[in-house]
Amino acid sequence: MFDAILQAIVQGVLLGGYYAIVAAGLSLMVGVVRFINLAHGDIAVLGALSTISMVQILGLPVLWAVVLVLPIMGVLGWVMHAALFERSMKGGFLLPILVTIGLGAALQNGMFGVWGSNTRSLGADIGNLAWASWFLPGGIIVGKLPVLIFVVAVAAIGGLHLMLKFTRLGRAIRATASDSEAAELCGVDARKAHRAATSIAVMLAALAGVFLAMRSQVTPYSGPAQLIFAFEAVVIGGIGSLWGTLIGGIILGLSQTLGGLVSAQASLLTGHFVFLAVLIWRLAREWSDSHGGWVASFRTALGKSLRGKPAFKDDAPVSRMQKAGEQP
Amino acid sequence: MSMERTIAPVSALDRRLIAVGGALLAICVMLPAFGSALIVDKLTILMVYIVMAVMWNLLAGYAGLVSVGHQAFIGLSGYFTLRLVETGMSPFLAIALGTVSVAIVAVPLSWFVLRLKAAEFAVAMWVIAETIRSIVMLDPLIQGETGRSLVALNAIDPELRRTVIYLGAVGAAAVAMTLSYLLLQGRYGAESQAIRDDEEAAGSVGISTPRVKRLIFVISAAGCALAGGLWLASAITYQPRTAFGINWSVFMLFMVLVGGFGSYLGPVLGAVLFFALQEIFGDFGVWYLAGVGLIAILFALYAPRGLMGIVITQLKVEPLSARKILVPMRD
Repeated sequence: MFDAILQAIVQGVLLGGYYAIVAAGLSLMVGVVRFINLAHGDIAVLGALSTISMVQILGLPVLWAVVLVLPIMGVLGWVMHAALFERSMKGGFLLPILVTIGLGAALQNGMFGVWGSNTRSLGADIGNLAWASWFLPGGIIVGKLPVLIFVVAVAAIGGLHLMLKFTRLGRAIRATASDSEAAELCGVDARKAHRAATSIAVMLAALAGVFLAMRSQVTPYSGPAQLIFAFEAVVIGGIGSLWGTLIGGIILGLSQTLGGLVSAQASLLTGHFVFLAVLIWRLAREWSDSHGGWVASFRTALGKSLRGKPAFKDDAPVSRMQKAGEQP
Repeated sequence: MSMERTIAPVSALDRRLIAVGGALLAICVMLPAFGSALIVDKLTILMVYIVMAVMWNLLAGYAGLVSVGHQAFIGLSGYFTLRLVETGMSPFLAIALGTVSVAIVAVPLSWFVLRLKAAEFAVAMWVIAETIRSIVMLDPLIQGETGRSLVALNAIDPELRRTVIYLGAVGAAAVAMTLSYLLLQGRYGAESQAIRDDEEAAGSVGISTPRVKRLIFVISAAGCALAGGLWLASAITYQPRTAFGINWSVFMLFMVLVGGFGSYLGPVLGAVLFFALQEIFGDFGVWYLAGVGLIAILFALYAPRGLMGIVITQLKVEPLSARKILVPMRD
């Protein structure tokens, strides 16, 4: 039992690496462009299926295919932002949701039309990497591929971090993120920064898709699940924080593998529950902060239900001050 | 000098439209007497689409809450129906009770999700739909991916069954449209639109924003649940992946967006158009669905007010509008 738990913990942390890669792109877009791309998962699948075709039909080595696919996806991201996202963002917060969900439907079904319904995998094309493992003392088995994915995740997020911190483009993206109008006044091309951020996010999604195809399999309809995992990791790790996505990914991965110990079906469910719990906790904390702390807000909520009418918002702090004033 | 103004009474056009609506309803109710079985079956689906579109528009078009997780209520109502039928209840009663149960589930859910903002609300709803699907699939009755059929319906005479389901769907569409009309004409219509346009400002003029949003959220959940129950009754088979599929949200979004976001007749127009497109191009399968996605994008970008927007520009007034128009007072 102890072995199984330890094994699940190791697998969960490594699985978190995969989630971090899908989530990093989403997080970058949320943080910089303030845009949630609901087709993010479908773009990951597009990257995976294109890579699979290059390998299995054109006969390219996997690494070459990835090197070829990523820039193409980057250009696609740039074009997508220029053609769709930019315009939709002008129309308030509703249109981006509508446009990207429509894009998701178009991509899923379009990919089904092109690639068919078969599940596809890169597992057979990466030699023994698919199953090669290290055997650690205590009976722990660590797959080489999950370790590779984890290392790439850390490298990708680290690279992104350095890029944002030290390069000209990174500074432009950060400036745009904090105040796009002020950035424009300082000569930063905010539009270009947004397009670049989307382009990077799409490349990260595609990379994640390739890893998904390596460690398991993809179908044209695998995208929505990936978006949901990515969103969960972003929210758990804290919206807009890059390293947070790695932590969020690891927590999500851990809750899934630990839930998987109970039953295979419970695995995804525990992930969803952890996400919802984090969300509820965050909302409750926000609420308590605006009501003068946990104790005061609890008293307010209690008073509200007891008196049957809304309690005065600043109830607790005022009464505390009054008490202080009463004591001579 | 300020002129005395008053809210315009129901216009002649609107009165005529309401009369046309009543006449259409009467025709729809009498249809099974002379229509073929195929037409009745097809129109049942159209009515289900109308209910979904009207409900989704109520939430998104009027209260500004775009949900991509309303399939949660469609799938859950199907599940409740199956569970209730399992206890020996009549399928039709089970659908009604299933709808009520979903509305009850939506109340505590609303307390939580409505605190989220814009896209976060949208995706959180989606996660909730997935969560409920995973839970439903754990039930041995549903057998995971396999699903289950509403076999109890087979015991009923097919002719009677078809007519009852059809009339139920017509009734649901009529109730959905009437209820939302009355709701939007009244205080809630003005309040919800104020929230959609600027939630903070709406709150500052004394609108209890959580109360209005909760009411509309629960109504839309119940409406989608009823539509889901009727859909199950006409489709018989229940598969969790289909019942909780994201496609429902894409369909609702398409109907509302193409018909006319935030207009009263828009979703009805969209539902009719979507139904017609499905009849004509449905055989193209996935390419048809991809086309639905593309058209949704084009409308969102280039005609966000949909077909109704074009009608409104032509007529210069919105038919059956929920807006209050001020006119000089006559004495």
